[in-house]
Amino acid sequence: MENIEARVKKIVAEQLGVNEAEVKNESSFVDDLGADSLDTVELVMALEEEFGCEIPDEEAEKITTVQQAIDYVSGHQG
Amino acid sequence: MQFNGQVALVTGASRGIGAAIAETLAQAGAKVIGTATTADGAAAIDARLAPLGGAGVAFNVTGGAEAVDALISDVETRFGPVAILVNNAGITRDQLLMRMKDEDWDAIMDTNLKSVYRLSKAVLRGMMKARSGRIINIASVVGVSGNAGQCNYAAAKAAIIGFSKSLALEVGSRGITVNSVAPGFIDTDMTRALPEAQRAALVNQIALGRLGEAQDIADTVAFLASAQAKYITGQTLHVNGGMLMP
Repeated sequence: MENIEARVKKIVAEQLGVNEAEVKNESSFVDDLGADSLDTVELVMALEEEFGCEIPDEEAEKITTVQQAIDYVSGHQG
Repeated sequence: MQFNGQVALVTGASRGIGAAIAETLAQAGAKVIGTATTADGAAAIDARLAPLGGAGVAFNVTGGAEAVDALISDVETRFGPVAILVNNAGITRDQLLMRMKDEDWDAIMDTNLKSVYRLSKAVLRGMMKARSGRIINIASVVGVSGNAGQCNYAAAKAAIIGFSKSLALEVGSRGITVNSVAPGFIDTDMTRALPEAQRAALVNQIALGRLGEAQDIADTVAFLASAQAKYITGQTLHVNGGMLMP
């Protein structure tokens, strides 16, 4: 579980060009980490690749915070 | 202009403008994959492009999302991610609006417009990752000027211009450029189908006094696809011999 959390945070930091220390579980990609809409699309693409899963568009739209990403990946990892 | 093995996908590459574009990009060092709707057309493209490291593939742009995904994944597996997409495939179904059938309208929208949406979407993932890419959409002078008998074709071509501008805004920050090329009257099978009197009347409106050649469009596309055009996006380049100066 912690492993997933660390991997998600690393990807978020890389994709959004922020320091990993700034990436908290409750961080919102847009409001706290400065992502724009295209950044969030890319972030989902990166998560899909890292965890080998496919995130449908309607699910992807609901992933707006780091914790939501961790929860989604934890629940859907193949 | 040198493409150093970049992968270019050109739809509708069996003849006319598409064939010239595919040939020109391939001669300049791109690995060009040209599509045609028939197996024979694809084989002919393959014969021309394979010696230059490319290929011809049978693909119908109206085949839906699955066909597009299958094409892109086949191209990526065999050649690598698409760096240059040229949406060229197009047809005409000319008719006065009062006589136009739904089929005439729908065929144009599917082949000339929806294909642009589908293929652009399919290649974007790879381009976003690469932080670079070129999408070049072949529009038409009539998308800007209008033309009696071509409500369907002109509508689709005008839509391509609006599409290109919008997508240029969406993906510019990722180093991807999206432009349209608007050919005027080019000497191809499509314009050879026009009656002689109409062709003569058209030539009278062209400052340079003659129809254009497919190569004129191909050279413009090659420029927009090149590294030298890196600061050009969302534009419509008119290549029409001075027939229209918008």
